[in-house]
Amino acid sequence: MLLEGELRIPSGCAISGMINRRGERFSGEAVIKSIALMHDRSNGLGGGFAAYGIYPEYKDYYALHLMYMNQSCRDEVESIIKDNFSVEVEERIATRNHKGIVKPPNLWRYFVVPKDYKIHESKDSEDDFMAAITMEINVKFNGKACVISSGRNMGAFKGVGYPEDIGEFFRLDEYKAYSWVAHGRFPTNTPGWWGGAHPFTLLDWSIVHNGEVSSYGANRRFLEMFNYKIALQTDTEVIAYAIDLLVRKHKLPLELAAKVLAPPFWKDIDRMSNDDQKVYQSLRTIYGSLLMNGPFSIILGFPGGIMALNDRLKLRSLTAAEKGDLLLVASEESAIREICPNPDRVWYPRGGEPVIGRLYEEVTI
Amino acid sequence: MKHQALPPEFSVIRNEDKCIQCQACVRQCGFDVHEYDEEKNQVCANETNCVNCQRCVMICPTKALSITNNPNHYRINHHWNSVHIQNISRQAATGGVILTGMGNDKPMPSYFDRILINASQVSNPSIDPLREPMELRTYLGAKPDQIKLTSENGQLKLAEPPPPQVRIETPLLFSAISYGAISLEVCETLARAATELGTLYNTGEGGLHKDLYQYKNNTIVQVASGRYGVNHQYLNAGRIVEIKIGQGAKPGIGGHLPGEKITRSISETRMIPEGTDAISPAPHHDIYSIEDLRQLIYNLKEATNYQKPISVKISAVHNIAAIASGAVRAGADIIAIDGFRGGTGAAPMAIRDHVGIPIELALAVVDQRLREEKIRNRVSLLAAGGFRSSADVIKAIALGADAVYLATAPLIAIGCRLCQKCYTGKCSWGICTQDPYKTKRVNPELAAERVSNLIHGWSHEIKEMMGGMGINSIESLRGNRAHLQGVGLNEKELKLLGIKYAGEAI
Repeated sequence: MLLEGELRIPSGCAISGMINRRGERFSGEAVIKSIALMHDRSNGLGGGFAAYGIYPEYKDYYALHLMYMNQSCRDEVESIIKDNFSVEVEERIATRNHKGIVKPPNLWRYFVVPKDYKIHESKDSEDDFMAAITMEINVKFNGKACVISSGRNMGAFKGVGYPEDIGEFFRLDEYKAYSWVAHGRFPTNTPGWWGGAHPFTLLDWSIVHNGEVSSYGANRRFLEMFNYKIALQTDTEVIAYAIDLLVRKHKLPLELAAKVLAPPFWKDIDRMSNDDQKVYQSLRTIYGSLLMNGPFSIILGFPGGIMALNDRLKLRSLTAAEKGDLLLVASEESAIREICPNPDRVWYPRGGEPVIGRLYEEVTI
Repeated sequence: MKHQALPPEFSVIRNEDKCIQCQACVRQCGFDVHEYDEEKNQVCANETNCVNCQRCVMICPTKALSITNNPNHYRINHHWNSVHIQNISRQAATGGVILTGMGNDKPMPSYFDRILINASQVSNPSIDPLREPMELRTYLGAKPDQIKLTSENGQLKLAEPPPPQVRIETPLLFSAISYGAISLEVCETLARAATELGTLYNTGEGGLHKDLYQYKNNTIVQVASGRYGVNHQYLNAGRIVEIKIGQGAKPGIGGHLPGEKITRSISETRMIPEGTDAISPAPHHDIYSIEDLRQLIYNLKEATNYQKPISVKISAVHNIAAIASGAVRAGADIIAIDGFRGGTGAAPMAIRDHVGIPIELALAVVDQRLREEKIRNRVSLLAAGGFRSSADVIKAIALGADAVYLATAPLIAIGCRLCQKCYTGKCSWGICTQDPYKTKRVNPELAAERVSNLIHGWSHEIKEMMGGMGINSIESLRGNRAHLQGVGLNEKELKLLGIKYAGEAI
């Protein structure tokens, strides 16, 4: 059977995310409980988490989370890592045995800094250098080795199983983060590959997604013009690259990037003020190929915040709630009330209206 | 001996019980087929002249007429068919070139007929265009690689004005047909329809008649090798200026409008003396290479103060991808590719039927090549040449077109029945003629309504199919080949089209 990346697998899903905007860090128990409530939205073929603020003691190092199917792959990847980075820490990612998790791959973590001369040789920015190495490993080993995450002071944990089992397997109750993002997967067809679980990450971005993007072919071919190598052939991957292109490379504010993924209708643009009309017309004409059409709800994790977004017709469920400094978003309201029974405010974001939670300005992590 | 009689191609069957000798057919036939015999009080037919344009059949008040293929035929021969024999016989008499009109009618493979469209089931809901917005609006013109914004008092603004963009409300435009090839009434029909639809029609190389300047906001003005009717006012009247390099029906050759057709009005519009032949040379005499094309593009940009996108129309030929790429790098904002099924008012049959390549393949390889060179967004791609239905249009857009040029389809809406005798100037339908007795058969107001109806109908169908794919905006279909699969195509064809075989996992 073909692995993800060799064919395209649409899937339905559950998503949940939360952030403490004061920057207070909390364990993964809450997010596991929230995603566990939506057990029936997954089918045991994939679950995962991303957490921000979990490595304060190594916050200046890139945290590489690696997955190896065998020892020879590990040797090869480690030689690439040691060639390009100074490695501060090299360790197994701690796991606990869980009856719901079978045959996990070898999971390793490295805290690294890129070697200066390697960045210099690459003639790229440090970010582009990191992105290129990640893509190189993911493409080269064809699923036998996989970079799960590579950002600073953040990490992704994912695998084949129900998300709550994955969370317990990775001992997420022992990590503390100011924001958490979780995903339970219901693929329509999958070989059950650990690398294919979500979140998908790139640099500091992590993304979980529920839906099926009907514009995939257009999105993908546009991103390829900007040198993105589409390795996994998932919708989540193209959404992550689209956000990376718009926000990191083209310097759009996140709020406007959301308006590229889920733009206002022309009839609404026609009613805007003159300046806005010009901006939105240009956004849609220049980045029309990045419109994510068809149903989706996503949660994007980034350093200092999360963003939740629906497709513009709101064809997937998404609920948001606030309780003090806490902002929560999930596929279902019940998944929020499970961990926060009396929120100050609950609302259903309109299609194309991003919900963005950021750390308060005075907070430093 | 010089002329050998040829059997008529068609038989005119008149039901004498129904015929009332009203002679409508006599008056309507542009080819002098029907004749009234006063002595016999009977209408009879000179079948040799019949071109099967169906005008008499439609006009006959008692439905007494029908036209069929002449049952007489040459001895069956799968190599030398009747067209070959007739053409050879005609050329033996005249030594001339066999002319024809409209598009290639040979049974070459139609790739559109071997491509099938996707639809949503379960994992992705289809969208109902009757309940949800479904957007077809398209902007033609070069797009920058990225947006640049500035902020003034918290208000985001564009840091620099975008390149000129022309908005069309449906991805369907009317392709170039010149005044001279068709009547002024038909030009006006297309102009009115384009205006009503919020799209564009194209003047072709015949200039812009003074009565049509009122439709300038929906006009593409063409600059062809003959430069007929090109002046400052003309260039600045249109929304887009199109340089015609080639035409799908006759790649590699120019055009010829005989002096008999150059009436006073056409002579004024084309800026040439009345009664002189209007000959469009095969190449532009100032374009012998790609750098010359760049000069003309920038001459036209200068002349229009950089306010109009410049389109370059090329016919689909063997090395089309490299040619299109060169045109983009030469500064074209729009590339129109005309496939080998594209129509014409007159072309040598040998060229119409044998030169050029299918639009489906040309479009697919051009879109792919421009993406590989990372310049696809610098240009809008128009596809032309034999689009028969909304399904053909959907397939072209998914292969990579921004929009589609139509000419034969709106002419059929006006009345054309593809008799292929446009070059004779005798068109019974009043479309491809300058004879005022015939041109008045087209009422621009009523004909424009029929053309508008057609485009509305296709647009509705496009929306329905897009909704079925779970797509509610045309830009998500553009270049989205994941929604196409092939049947009856070999590996090479699938590869060139960039699509998978029907049933293959996407």
